[in-house]
Amino acid sequence: MYPSRFRYEAPRSLAEAIGLLHDGGDYAKVLAGGQSLVPLMKLRFASPELVVDINNVPGLDYHRADPDGTLRIGALCRHVDLERSDLLKTTQPTMASAAPLIADPIVRNRGTLVGSLCHADPQGDWASVVLALGGSVVARGPRGMRAIPLADFVTGPFQNVLDQDEIAVEAMIPAARGTRSGGYLKLERRVGDFATVGVAVALETSGETVTRAGIALTGVGGSTIGATEAAAALSGRPLTDESIAQAADLAAQAARPRTDHRGSAEYKRHMVRTFVVRLLSRTDAAAERAA
Amino acid sequence: MTIVYEDQDGQAASDIPARRIKFVINGQKMIAEVEPRLLLSHLIRRGLALTGTHMGCDTTNCGACTVLVDGRPVKSCTMLAVQADGHEISTVEGLATASELHPLQEGFKEEHGLQCGFCTPGMMMAAKALLDANPDPTEEDVRWALSGNLCRCTGYQNIVKSVLWAAAKLRAESGEA
Repeated sequence: MYPSRFRYEAPRSLAEAIGLLHDGGDYAKVLAGGQSLVPLMKLRFASPELVVDINNVPGLDYHRADPDGTLRIGALCRHVDLERSDLLKTTQPTMASAAPLIADPIVRNRGTLVGSLCHADPQGDWASVVLALGGSVVARGPRGMRAIPLADFVTGPFQNVLDQDEIAVEAMIPAARGTRSGGYLKLERRVGDFATVGVAVALETSGETVTRAGIALTGVGGSTIGATEAAAALSGRPLTDESIAQAADLAAQAARPRTDHRGSAEYKRHMVRTFVVRLLSRTDAAAERAA
Repeated sequence: MTIVYEDQDGQAASDIPARRIKFVINGQKMIAEVEPRLLLSHLIRRGLALTGTHMGCDTTNCGACTVLVDGRPVKSCTMLAVQADGHEISTVEGLATASELHPLQEGFKEEHGLQCGFCTPGMMMAAKALLDANPDPTEEDVRWALSGNLCRCTGYQNIVKSVLWAAAKLRAESGEA
């Protein structure tokens, strides 16, 4: 399969890339890892007139923590970099548990977290993780930089709020106010398949008390779902069996699954509940409670 | 180097964009002129006539088209040929020398690691990247590294054994050296 014909540019700076997008007409796409865009172009679901390949732009392959603990992930940081990251293993349990579950090992060599957020697939795993963590996408364009909370960034399936001449240059995860715990669980038919159900849980605790909670759901609706009521049920108090059960029920209610070849709506909703319980029961707070 | 393909849209030749790229394939320096919409798999199979790299699903699922780009396994049906500019590509043809098979190829022979053989080049290239990074993998490591490659004969048991065989042989060889 060939994509439709397009003009290809491979700029060596962000300013040049933004300039190309600005002058590039109605339909330009930014190419980073290409693991979603290239298949879409081959299937002719996307037929951009201009492709701006940012792989030659230096200095975008980072992921690092600011002194205050804010995590920044550059637009060319590949999934594999996050999978192997000691920084994530020690400071970002939800991200560290999601990274090895993205697509398959070969796709992880090219695909990027920021690209996955921009692609805004309702079944994209990173969007749930970043949403649960309260993260943002930082975009740069001719009018400067802006940070867009993920909850506002994705407007629907495969749609985001970026302007035609803006590039998502990094994802940003705010510093924790307390000790982080949480994880990501994904039900898939086989490695590399889209999630039947995915659940991201991100907790911050101070002493026994949950100071911030985020829960987000993959693959059970028209876009990534932030289960805000479920998360609110956990905040401001210690984790208990009751609060865990309540959050699991609220998350299952927030899901909007559809019956398809991956399973029935009822089954998917059940798996959301099960995953929330599993993730919350395995956090450090739960371990302390059991001790 | 030229890639010849069917004209399906009747655009004037002067309107068709082309880009000159330089890259290294299996150790050989190359120059090519390619249309940006051609994929790396097209460049390898049609442009270079290296047909050891197989096209299975053409949808980023099966991994039969796996090649190494700067040492990392990549599905060549999911990368543009123009993106090879300035990079080093290795395909299954680069494994053997004129006189002997690569230990991975030997391993697939010894442990009956292929049935129809279609997925084999991709399996070998993914395994090559694993063994380059981890000379002494566990069975679990091998299964994990090959989890992006599908075998429709479902011959996974022997594929895993073949890679472990190759790992042992490579370790023995490097011990001798």
